[in-house]
Amino acid sequence: MTIADERKDLSHDEGGHEHDHGGPKGIYLWLTSTDHKVIGKSYMYTSLVFMLIAGAMAMIIRAQLTGPNNHLVSQQTYNELFTIHGSMMLYLFAGPFAFGGFANYILPLQIGAPDMAFPRLNALSYWLFLTGGVTMLSGFFTSGGAAAFGWVSYAPLSSYSNAPGAGPDLWIVAIVLTGFSGIFTAVNLITTAFYLRAPGLTMFRLPIFTWNMIVTGMLILIAFPILTAAMIMLYADRHFGAHFFTVSGGGSPVMWQNLFWFFGHPEVYILALPYFGIVTEVIPVFSRKPVFGYKGLVFATLSIGALSTGVWAHHMFTTGTVLLPFFSALSLLIAVPTGVKVFTWIATMWGGDIEFKTPMLFVVGFLVTFVMGGVTGVMLAAPPIDFAVHDTYFVVAHFHQVLAGTAVFGGFSGFFYWYPKLTGRMYREGLGKLQFWMAFVGFSLTFFPQYIIGLRGMPRRVPVYLVSDHVTFLNQLSTVGAFLTGASFVVWLINMLISWKRPVAAGDNPWDGHTLEWATSSPPPHHNFVTLPPIRSARPLWDANHPEHADYKSPGHGVEFRDEEVNK
Amino acid sequence: MKVEYRIYMGIGVFVLLITAVYFFWAKEYGGVTMLFGVAGLGIMPALYFGWWRKRMDPRPEDSETATIAESKGVIGAFPSNTIWPFVLGMGAFLSALSLVFGEWTLVIGGALLIFGAASVTLESRRGGVI
Amino acid sequence: MSSFKFVKERHRSIEGLALVGLALVLSSCSNAFGGYRGATTQGQSEASLYQGFMITGIVVAGITFLGLFYVLVKYRRRKGTNKIPKQRHSNLPVEVIYTVIPVLIVIGLFVFTVRSENKITQVSSNPNVSVDITAFQWGWRFTYSNGVSIVSQGANYPQLVLPSNETTKVTLVSQDVVHGFYVPAFNFSRYALPGVTNYFDLTPTTTGTYVGRCSALCGLYHGEMLFSVRVVTPSQFKSWLTQQKAA
Ligand code: HEM
Ligand SMILES: [Cu+2]
Ligand SMILES: [Cu+2]
Repeated sequence: MTIADERKDLSHDEGGHEHDHGGPKGIYLWLTSTDHKVIGKSYMYTSLVFMLIAGAMAMIIRAQLTGPNNHLVSQQTYNELFTIHGSMMLYLFAGPFAFGGFANYILPLQIGAPDMAFPRLNALSYWLFLTGGVTMLSGFFTSGGAAAFGWVSYAPLSSYSNAPGAGPDLWIVAIVLTGFSGIFTAVNLITTAFYLRAPGLTMFRLPIFTWNMIVTGMLILIAFPILTAAMIMLYADRHFGAHFFTVSGGGSPVMWQNLFWFFGHPEVYILALPYFGIVTEVIPVFSRKPVFGYKGLVFATLSIGALSTGVWAHHMFTTGTVLLPFFSALSLLIAVPTGVKVFTWIATMWGGDIEFKTPMLFVVGFLVTFVMGGVTGVMLAAPPIDFAVHDTYFVVAHFHQVLAGTAVFGGFSGFFYWYPKLTGRMYREGLGKLQFWMAFVGFSLTFFPQYIIGLRGMPRRVPVYLVSDHVTFLNQLSTVGAFLTGASFVVWLINMLISWKRPVAAGDNPWDGHTLEWATSSPPPHHNFVTLPPIRSARPLWDANHPEHADYKSPGHGVEFRDEEVNK
Repeated sequence: MKVEYRIYMGIGVFVLLITAVYFFWAKEYGGVTMLFGVAGLGIMPALYFGWWRKRMDPRPEDSETATIAESKGVIGAFPSNTIWPFVLGMGAFLSALSLVFGEWTLVIGGALLIFGAASVTLESRRGGVI
Repeated sequence: MSSFKFVKERHRSIEGLALVGLALVLSSCSNAFGGYRGATTQGQSEASLYQGFMITGIVVAGITFLGLFYVLVKYRRRKGTNKIPKQRHSNLPVEVIYTVIPVLIVIGLFVFTVRSENKITQVSSNPNVSVDITAFQWGWRFTYSNGVSIVSQGANYPQLVLPSNETTKVTLVSQDVVHGFYVPAFNFSRYALPGVTNYFDLTPTTTGTYVGRCSALCGLYHGEMLFSVRVVTPSQFKSWLTQQKAA
């Protein structure tokens, strides 16, 4: 008898009533389900919708910038648009897509668990996320408009006198709601990974995806409480006459920046690490090799997590109030584990048998964009260079290549990789590849010119610029690129539509996967597994499918299992 | 549990070191406070895992050679369908909105929160049918 | 905004090349990798640091991309083959090398960074000229030590006049929200914060007029919070200052 059989017997609902496979359907299922797979999918689709909305805002922003003195939108609207675009992309797309979506769906499967540790808390997380998102968008429908102080909401621009109205308050409430959603998910995922692993799946056999989610969860538990506290202080300043961030009342606006970035920098890794995890699943499978330097990779992730708590003030170099050498040293240092990751990925492909299916193409796109964004990030870690380009389009280009690069290319890589598992259907390979090339060309065309735009001195968050800046043509290029990127999402939607209307069965393990999620059916049954293969290394399914190349044949990478364990 | 303990302890101690360096070099106490808090967020869970590590039986998921059949007993209770998280979520949502629109949403939101919290607790105790 | 004219420090039309995606590299021949050479000594120090970082970056990214594309081409799956490659898990020397080399690079970069940063952030105790700069929504006030004050008026952008080859000490404050004093051609920006007084030196080396702007989002008209900087010879500066005083 396998654990899965037992789990099927034992893990049914409290009170022992039978599995109700003919249970609620449709909207009532969506409202009441505590199945991590349903919640994970809800998270994914919801965050993708938010991404499309925020992306549409980006298109308006880019359209405004096609000429130096355009009047497509008003100054106020422009400020609202980039504020909500940035906030939505970060809080409602990049984070929840990976951490609420992929992690929720995939992590329990990868560790052979029947569900998350706290299924009801998991459902609550989703509702907080959804309502938080709706709250953020609703700012546009208030009389004063949405928040317009940038996603960093620097005090005192975010004070009541400078930003009156309900829009900014809705923004604060939205961040608090989604913040709690993130905290609950983090608690849930860490507990699940620590306590619900299948027998034999030791910590150092966990897939890297799961490892990255653990570290992300730890960072969320560090960062989000600080953000929530800062938001409550801001609200108190706005409405209860507190003076945390007002000079006249003895407070300090710089304190806001310290608090915000103490959250904000770990947040950058909270957004990036999950996608690093996705990429580290896709590369080995499409190269038919194990991850190169598994332990080194785990330690790189952990040290990124640890170091990321000590670099917050690299966003404050130009304030003249921070200890430059300390923060520049740690910021430069954090490039090392990040670099190690990139080299590990290349070394994993080295000597492999690389198949360029859509997920793998997106990985290549991710690597190219991310390395460029990383190199310019190292430049920004040097205060003198930051003085020259801080708050210009150079920074916009840098963080889009890093963040949007990971979330879009890494995200779609994971999406296409696990799409067969999620739905049991296959997407159309040709359309997937077309989407990739459009996104890659469009994305590069959008953000590469922005480096030069920034070096020529165009600040970010401005709707107009000067003819004498000589950035008009470059801005037009960037806008063309943005619309091409936008069109790539249309190709994606068409792909989804076709695969939905004319389904092609994908099979349980279309990619010859390595990890446990491919050991169950597509989509997996309620409580996930019917049988589990024996777990003797980090790649149990590979071992089972390729015994002659199994991991435990390499010294130090697992233990050979006895024949009687191979149950069928 | 050993690895879990070490991860948290490692991060906690590392941040404590950074805190010390920052304390003596920058002499900026806002940052010191936050860093110190983070060190605590590493060390506190570490102590919890460390405490359990000594007291719990070895787990099959920590064994390199455990067989799948080794995990016997109840793994956990996983409720299938329940409306209460949704009710709680809406309660939290409406309560939070009172920060923007005034007290009246707090009345509805608070009621939903209390009702939802009570129901979800009862559900667990009586063994949750939807 | 049309009344606003600036002498460009340098301008080559490289837009066409940007199309090919090579602009950054190609433009390096004559201007510092797309950045300004710097019209102050501080800005020049930044420019050389930037060039060093840029060269390092190109080398590192170049090697990484070479490795990446080599692997992608060499180890791509050929049609009709179905072999399982050698299952290599790790190689300690390789891992040590790709960890240690980045550490060394980073230490090197840090040393140059600190040197340059000390030069740029140094504030002289006996400057030739002192200016108090106040940022407000949405304009600037430049006040010289003899009382001469120049301030934004509507769409008339104010002009900061500085002597070349002399050190001007700037005292920067904000009257309301966070602003940023930014002169792209000087490769320099510094936030103007409420409740905090910032000091920095500017030592212009090249005469001319440069655009300056607010770098930190400060509300509705942030995008139009411009000013200009005119660098003149010390004698011109003296006569300008006395003339302003008289006026
Ligand atoms: C896919 C195409 C995208 C385009 C064309 C785009 C374009 C833009 C533009 C034009 C701005 C305004 C820059 C400014 O005025 O300063 C902006 C800001 C921003 N974007 Fe994007 N973006 C895209 C995707 C993303 C994604 C995926 C993320 C995050 C994961 C993201 C995060 C941000 C952030 C954080 C800001 C800053 C907002 C602020 O200044 O407060 N963007 N983007
Ligand atoms: Cu950062
Ligand atoms: Cu401004």
